[in-house]
Amino acid sequence: MTMTTTDTTRATAPATAPGALPLPAGAARAATAAGAVLTFASTFLAWTWTGAFPGNLTVTGYPGGLQVLTLTGALLTTLFLLAGHGIRGLRWLTPGGTNSPVVLLALGTAAVTWYAAGAIAFTLGGLVNLEPGGWLAAAASLLTAVAALGLPADTPADPEHPPTDPWQRLRHSLRAPAPARARTLPSWAEILLIAAAFAVALYVFTYGIATEYGELFVGFLLLTLLAVPALAKAGLLRRVTALTAKHRNVSITAAFVAAAAFPFLQSDNEFTSIAVNILIFATVALGLNVVVGLAGLLDLGYVAFLGVGAYTAALVSGSPFSTIGVHFPFWAAVLTGAAVSLVFGVLIGAPTLRLRGDYLAIVTLGFGEIFRIGMQNLDGISGPSVTNGSTGVPQIPDLELLGYNFGEPHTLLGFEFTRSANYFWLMLIITVVVVSVFRRSDTSRIGRAWVAIREDETAARAMGINAFRLKLMAFALGATLAGLAGTVQAHTVSSIDPEQYKFVEAVPPNSAFLLAAVILGGMGTVGGPLIGAALLYLIPAKLQFIGEYQLLLFGIALVLLMRFRPEGLVADRRKQLEFHETGQLDVPDTDGDTPGKPGLSKAEA
Amino acid sequence: MTTDTTTSQAPARDTVLDATGVTMRFGGLTAVSDVDLTVGGGEIVGLIGPNGAGKTTFFNCLTGLYIPTEGTVSYRGKVLPHRSHLVTQAGIARTFQNIRLFPNMTVLENVLVGRHTRTKEGLVAALLRGPRFKKAERESEDRAMELLEFTGLAAKRDHIARNLPYGEQRKLEIARALASDPGLLLLDEPTAGMNPQETRATQDLVFAIRDQGTAVLVIEHDMRFIFNLCDRVAVLVQGRKLVEGTPAVVQGDERVIAAYLGTPFEGEPGEEELAEVEAAEAHSTARTEGDDTA
Ligand SMILES: Nc1ncnc2c1ncn2[C@@H]1O[C@H](COP(=O)(O)OP(=O)(O)OP(=O)(O)O)[C@@H](O)[C@H]1O
Ligand SMILES: [Mg+2]
Repeated sequence: MTMTTTDTTRATAPATAPGALPLPAGAARAATAAGAVLTFASTFLAWTWTGAFPGNLTVTGYPGGLQVLTLTGALLTTLFLLAGHGIRGLRWLTPGGTNSPVVLLALGTAAVTWYAAGAIAFTLGGLVNLEPGGWLAAAASLLTAVAALGLPADTPADPEHPPTDPWQRLRHSLRAPAPARARTLPSWAEILLIAAAFAVALYVFTYGIATEYGELFVGFLLLTLLAVPALAKAGLLRRVTALTAKHRNVSITAAFVAAAAFPFLQSDNEFTSIAVNILIFATVALGLNVVVGLAGLLDLGYVAFLGVGAYTAALVSGSPFSTIGVHFPFWAAVLTGAAVSLVFGVLIGAPTLRLRGDYLAIVTLGFGEIFRIGMQNLDGISGPSVTNGSTGVPQIPDLELLGYNFGEPHTLLGFEFTRSANYFWLMLIITVVVVSVFRRSDTSRIGRAWVAIREDETAARAMGINAFRLKLMAFALGATLAGLAGTVQAHTVSSIDPEQYKFVEAVPPNSAFLLAAVILGGMGTVGGPLIGAALLYLIPAKLQFIGEYQLLLFGIALVLLMRFRPEGLVADRRKQLEFHETGQLDVPDTDGDTPGKPGLSKAEA
Repeated sequence: MTTDTTTSQAPARDTVLDATGVTMRFGGLTAVSDVDLTVGGGEIVGLIGPNGAGKTTFFNCLTGLYIPTEGTVSYRGKVLPHRSHLVTQAGIARTFQNIRLFPNMTVLENVLVGRHTRTKEGLVAALLRGPRFKKAERESEDRAMELLEFTGLAAKRDHIARNLPYGEQRKLEIARALASDPGLLLLDEPTAGMNPQETRATQDLVFAIRDQGTAVLVIEHDMRFIFNLCDRVAVLVQGRKLVEGTPAVVQGDERVIAAYLGTPFEGEPGEEELAEVEAAEAHSTARTEGDDTA
């Protein structure tokens, strides 16, 4: 690659590019509006005749189940269409792109509606089970989507490479300009907006967790997966991010309050216990993100450190099955668990981190398995009696802090604090600790050194960074954070055994899923692993029917994600340009050096 | 070994760098062979030689990236360990022939990484965020901004490094190296791929760096640049130091011209031949770049 020849034969004026389908703009807009309104109306009709399909879609005049999702989608489509048309009072909805959000929302609505129609026909055995309302919904949502695809693109076509085939045109029509700087509002208004944004996020998340049947969850996923990018295209996400960056403390508090409020919004304790598991998974994934995302070390046995923490806490918990038979107070157990994990982290890291390349991945993969098998064999028969082998340590007593027993429901100020809720809040505190450890180390001399090592280890060394020390630090910190989470996990699940800490398994957390959560969510970010972990936990939990195909589907999903959004769902500021900017100057890469003497690198020239 | 140590005006007040008998073998290939080189305080020394002469390898030996097969390198009288980060800690900073920035970090962050050895705050300080940590961070940032002003990149502080144009990436690499407050700066072909204006600007930058008290050792194929800039020039050919002296001495040395043209040369070296050398040189520079970016 040499310098690109600067072609100066540019077209005269940037022409507005047509949309993905060649329709006249006015007609497309009118048809989209009509379609959206019709779709909206159709949700008030009966879609099927029998209540056998979950969600009760038989009632006229009262949308239920999947109909609510279609209704939401149609409503959003209409709102954004009107906003893009410049209707007063709505324009704040689309500071960035105007038509691209509509396209995405219309597609999302159509996806949900068609999925619903398909699911009805499939579950009840045939298209005859669709009432006219269902047909209307399907037709109207399709009309909306097709018409929306005819809306002109938000950005002018690149005169040098005008999009030619339909796929390129679609991609181009989904491109949106960045929003202009927002007017500064009074502080209280901005804070109110932040609160509103977090409330919406909390509501959506709660809705997702509390979906009662698989079909509704799929519909929810389809709609959110298209609606969130729509909000991003509209520029709303950036606006919110700008606000949260401006009022950082308020935002952090708001996020914390929103998360802490979760158990209050649940009628069913089961959902709170799902949330606890998600929190554990997400927290461990975030710890892994220090190792993988910041320092760029591939750790394939990370769940073992969770196990180390959990086993340590279990053994000192006073469980009748503990072979040690001591009972530490919780704070001491937490410190012991974290410290033992730290020691293991250093023991594994010290000999391997001097080497470059994939050795660490292999060693950690081995360590993960050694841990599991070791715990199995320390049963008094194959080895010393420490862990009860495959029985593990059951009956781990509930925590008691300052006379507050976590195992019993408490009623305070009219609110019921269930066992799950108690552990949820405890785990939330651990999550907050891990989030702040991540953030603070990231934006410091140490974090910059980690990223520098990840980017180019040779250059980092030449800048005076002791790569081995810093890598060991990242690795040990990651291990400590996992151990910390493990101590709470042991009490939450109240019974641990070696099989919970595998490399790969259907139920998270396990090493493979942890890594997947980090990569899928977005390496090097705080939000990424949290969202990734929530998705990876909820999808198998909600969609029991995918059962044994789960790993296959995840594999496919990961491949697709790496193809279309390699930076993950949440893009790291540092990484987002890496994958999508083309025609950039080429910066020499520094791929795996040949194994050699430590400190030696490939030829420089 | 013929070493014209007719050191001109630079009275070796305090020797910053002293490399003696540096030899580097890769299996059967001797890339650098018994090279001695000193750099005094406040000096700009050039290192030239045809492609593959071993200049970059010599740099790598100086900076601890390679462990030389033989020979020692000392900085201000102290023998340097063969560990890259300790060399930087001691006071030698470098740039790379093929730019090695941290491509996905911002311009400012790149320079802040360069401050690593001159700051102490560890992980615990970062987690606790005490007043001392904040002060240190602020000071690092001030110093980094100072260097960005110095290299003319201040306006681009929040740009992602990989998006900078080529010339600015080179400047950023220099700023990053300067961030470790080095006593000696090693530049490996700082003007490769630059246009004449940018080359001129780089020349001024190197003078400015020298005026701030940092000695500079620079590899370059651009002869005009080298002869304008350097107090002393050493010529490396096939791993051996052929000649060392003032630009005038080196320019006039027929062995140098012979080495560059690759043929025995008879007759007086004059303007004409020099032009030929430069032409050959420009050609080889172009080739190197082609190789680099391939
Ligand atoms: N790590 C290595 N292993 C084997 N051979 C090497 C290594 N590094 C350099 N060499 C060889 O050493 C010789 C000198 O290379 P070097 O890069 O130092 O040349 P140079 O003077 O910098 O050339 P250029 O002007 O092209 O940059 C070359 O023949 C090169 O192939
Ligand atoms: Mg070189």
